[in-house]
Amino acid sequence: MTDNIVEIDNLSFGFKGRLLHKGINMSFPRGKVIAIMGGSGSGKTTLLRLIGGQLQPNHGQVRVDDEVVHKLDRSGIYHMRRKMGMLFQFGALFTDLSVFDNVAFPMREHTDLPETMIRDLVMMKLNAVGLRGAHSLMSTELSGGMSRRVALARAVALDPALIMYDEPFAGLDPISMGVIVNLIRRLNDALGATSIVVTHDVHETFLFVDYVYFISEGVVVAEGTPKQLSKSDMPFVHQFVHGEADGPVPFHYPAPDYRRDMLRGHDA
Amino acid sequence: MLERLTKLLQGIGNRTIERMWRLGAAARFSFYTLVYSGESLRRPWLIVREVYFTGVMSLIIILVSAFFVGMVLALQGYNTLQKYGSSDAIGVLVALSLVRELGPVVTALLFAGRAGTAITAEIGLMKATEQLSAMEMMAVSPIARVVAPRFWAGVISMPILASLFSMTGVLGGYLVAVPLIGVDDGAFWSQMQASVDFREDIVNGFIKSCVFGVACTFIALFEGYDAPPTAEGVSRATTRTVVISSLAVLGLDFVLTSFMLSP
Repeated sequence: MTDNIVEIDNLSFGFKGRLLHKGINMSFPRGKVIAIMGGSGSGKTTLLRLIGGQLQPNHGQVRVDDEVVHKLDRSGIYHMRRKMGMLFQFGALFTDLSVFDNVAFPMREHTDLPETMIRDLVMMKLNAVGLRGAHSLMSTELSGGMSRRVALARAVALDPALIMYDEPFAGLDPISMGVIVNLIRRLNDALGATSIVVTHDVHETFLFVDYVYFISEGVVVAEGTPKQLSKSDMPFVHQFVHGEADGPVPFHYPAPDYRRDMLRGHDA
Repeated sequence: MLERLTKLLQGIGNRTIERMWRLGAAARFSFYTLVYSGESLRRPWLIVREVYFTGVMSLIIILVSAFFVGMVLALQGYNTLQKYGSSDAIGVLVALSLVRELGPVVTALLFAGRAGTAITAEIGLMKATEQLSAMEMMAVSPIARVVAPRFWAGVISMPILASLFSMTGVLGGYLVAVPLIGVDDGAFWSQMQASVDFREDIVNGFIKSCVFGVACTFIALFEGYDAPPTAEGVSRATTRTVVISSLAVLGLDFVLTSFMLSP
């Protein structure tokens, strides 16, 4: 068993003629919380889908627990996914199930535990995210922050070795964001798991992660601990960390000359 | 001129290729649905739950429609039959029309509008809100957990609904023909009993409703599963479910009837 639970080697992925990743190398050591950051559309979520085996790379490989993900057959991938938990951007809770049934879902699908034991486990998971009292609510009755916490309880229902978070802070108020930040770190350390957090919320992320990868234009442009990256003078990192509108990531989408574009309608 | 012709041919070619891809995707989808059916048949409570949503929840619209269809049949039938002095055969006309044709066909059309659209919209929204992806990531096959139970629920519900449609239609026809118009009670039932054949009429109607059940449910499931994960995509898929299911039911009805009537 290597020290890294996930290893990405020279990964290239694209579709419809557009290459999203161009030879990415990353490694995710066990027990750590690692962030993948980058602008919108830089392929962060796609990386999670490649790790989860939902997409096949064009070149290179993704290894999870020493197994090459895209070489596994369907049952192999399903077996591997039982070691994973994933928190989707907006929770992706099953709308026809209650909070309790959502968290119990993976347990009922993958174990033969008696209902009494499932109840105890679900209540423990919900208690960990502070929503034991909401177990009977339907998922449609929850706020955005509560949905995210229930989804987190569901993602860790089977005590996975790897937890992936897709934009866990999107659209949350500062209190809910603080709660989620705290939970990600606490659950990771309590379960002895490894967490991969895809996000672009720099300030919150730098407070609790161990290591950060920055991706842009399909490659890893910077990596390091939050402390190292905060002091970095690399133009991309500087622009991203300080939220500058223009820089290596241009403000404008490629367009023809502004003056000529504006005068076009007046020529006639 | 040549440029326009080229564009037209390109458009036709693109659309043909797209349709072929979709046909292939539908064939693959149906194959996986059957392959994963074993898993859902081992958990019958999932199917029972869906029978409630697709079958039981469609009961009111099916029964009310059947009642009116039966009453209209009796009125129209009496109007024609009395000209030939055979108004006693009204029971036969109502029963045969319902059991052979109207029962399976109208039930299937109503089923496509009521349950089919619900299935498409539900699965389409599950896809749009990443619920199906979440299931995949939890190592649970959405085909086994979501699609196959709904498929079997539709296949089981349709013949039951069609039978209930025919029964309620006959009751509606009876209420118009006997108490309202004054056709003889005994003649209504005895002629029906003597003329409706179990093998030729009831079994054939049952076969039709089973085939329509497979077609309508499969179309609804595929459209939902294949819908683009947007509000517009789901809305278009729901419309397609009604249109394609209705056309499929009418087309299949012709094919099945011609086989069943051939000597």
